[in-house]
Amino acid sequence: MSADILTQRAKRRRWLKISPAFRTPLAITGITIAALWVLIAIFAPIIAPFDPLAQDFDRLQPPSGAHLFGTDAVGRDVLSRVISGARISMPLALALVVASMVVGGTLGAIAGYFGRAVDEIIMRIADLVFAFPTIILAMVITAALGPSLTNAVIAMLIVSWPAYARVTRSLVLSARRQEYVIAGRLLGNSPFTTLRRDILPNVISPVFVLAMLDVGTAILLLAGLSFLGLGATPPLPDWGAMVSDGVQQFSSWWIAAFPGLAIFTVVMAFNFIGDSLRDSLDPRAQDAVQGRAM
Amino acid sequence: MPSSSNTAVTTETADRSARRGVPPFVRYVAVRLGLSVLLMFGVTVVTFVLTNLVPADPVQAALGEQAAADPAIVAKFRADNGLDQPLVAQYFTYLNNVLHGNFGVSTQTRMPVADELASAVPATIELALAAIIFSTLIGIGLGLWAALKQRTIVDQIIRVVSLIGLSWPTFWLALVVYYVFFFVLGIFPGSGRLDPVSIAPPQVTGLYTVDSLIAGQWGTFWDALYHLVLPASVLALYTIGLLTRFARSAVLEVLDLDYVKAATAKGLPRRTVVFGYVLRGALVPIITVLGLAFGSLLSGTVLVEKVYSWHGLGEYSFAAATKLDLPAIMGVGLIVGFVYIGLNFLVDVLYGVIDPRVRLA
Repeated sequence: MSADILTQRAKRRRWLKISPAFRTPLAITGITIAALWVLIAIFAPIIAPFDPLAQDFDRLQPPSGAHLFGTDAVGRDVLSRVISGARISMPLALALVVASMVVGGTLGAIAGYFGRAVDEIIMRIADLVFAFPTIILAMVITAALGPSLTNAVIAMLIVSWPAYARVTRSLVLSARRQEYVIAGRLLGNSPFTTLRRDILPNVISPVFVLAMLDVGTAILLLAGLSFLGLGATPPLPDWGAMVSDGVQQFSSWWIAAFPGLAIFTVVMAFNFIGDSLRDSLDPRAQDAVQGRAM
Repeated sequence: MPSSSNTAVTTETADRSARRGVPPFVRYVAVRLGLSVLLMFGVTVVTFVLTNLVPADPVQAALGEQAAADPAIVAKFRADNGLDQPLVAQYFTYLNNVLHGNFGVSTQTRMPVADELASAVPATIELALAAIIFSTLIGIGLGLWAALKQRTIVDQIIRVVSLIGLSWPTFWLALVVYYVFFFVLGIFPGSGRLDPVSIAPPQVTGLYTVDSLIAGQWGTFWDALYHLVLPASVLALYTIGLLTRFARSAVLEVLDLDYVKAATAKGLPRRTVVFGYVLRGALVPIITVLGLAFGSLLSGTVLVEKVYSWHGLGEYSFAAATKLDLPAIMGVGLIVGFVYIGLNFLVDVLYGVIDPRVRLA
């Protein structure tokens, strides 16, 4: 009974500790918009008034009662396509960020923990990736692999893991010198156990913040590749590809305007959340809150 | 960031060079130059692997479908390009070609990629330079302002605005701005680098604004500048967001330092403290992010130039990407990679010039 109360209280305290950063209008706006988009993605088939792929003779219709966002060059309902598009961009971007966090984090941890040749090899490869602006490298890789959503995601994974590797590596480098880590190793813990039990807790939150800040970038990058025709292939209702359609149909502004707004609102929401999260976990920002008011 | 991982390297080499009597700054520049050249070789390895190993059929990728259907052409192509040689030999052939300015032939236009790139690069440099000047002025200004007004409404507004600036899909914003300012309002020209009636100035740098000034053609200069406004502003928006946030944290860091407090305490005017002490101290980290910002601008041009019919690298790579013109895409990758590495090298040198700790450590 008492243990129950204790854990409850601990939980509440933990919630209170995180919450100040999330009580700002910025964070609340971000969470609300993101939550709305998640709901739209989940219930897309129910909400969408039309089949996103169904073509019709009502081509290039401006927004009206029947088609709130108008129709595109082959008579597909833009609103339904924007709604269905939420099922492509967001899950892919989130999966990509998780994947690059895991891959980059693991490689960075290995580099930082074992050092020497392993470190050199991993970090020089990372340097090589940093030698290109991201979308250029992603474009070059996707073009070589052949245009498809899967290949676009692979290309994005290749360009995005090094950022995580660098951050994780530097965190591991400082964490492994801590006395309790050394003590654990002297007790005979394997490198794997040390990394998982003693070092991971030190590393996880900054890396997580980086990941949250990266979700928006990932959505933008994926949309950019689709805009270039290297990501989603027709007739998939991908937002970037829809904006690209709009370039061809310039006088029908609604074709590009709405999918673009969708990208913008989702990315903005994740940027707001990521930025607030960084504030809440950055000890310097905390100090500033308490210290600078004087 | 390019330089962060190299601080250890530079201090180490500085120690050694002090003993050998080589000026530390020369040593520093030499090391950075060596690393940059190594990276450039790395870039050629990447494009080589992507052109010759990754595609399911590199011959078809290079020749296009029609030509690849003819066995005689394929056999000749393989022999000509040494595809029957071992991989390492193939790489050195490739490297030799690249070093001699031979980037292959576009599968679309049948023109040498290097020639097409040569005419596209100056247009993009002009656009990117305009955008970086614009975004540096505004970004640093806003960041400085936000930091000085920390935790006030001004700071909050600038934070939200810069976050929003980082959230637009560049290619979409390009369309919206084009639609509003050219198509609907007609205030700014929407496409190309010059009016059809203007004559391009004699080529010196390839930048129309600079060349027209050299030739003394004021009309052309204003026209070129006028055409730069829309695409450069769209491009600049993302970098403004980036630089604002970076400048803000850089300034905040400096504001806390003792020498700034001392300057205020001895009664210097606020203007002197802000521009002579704070901004000067914050400039070092800001400079390092400029290289990064230029990279995002180069990426941005790929998405913006198409909309504004700006005949630069971006439009070229858009066409190459949509038509899967592999040699052209790899040419863009090579050039942009080289330019980006070169810029980061310049940033590192500049870093040493501004910060004596880097130079003399």
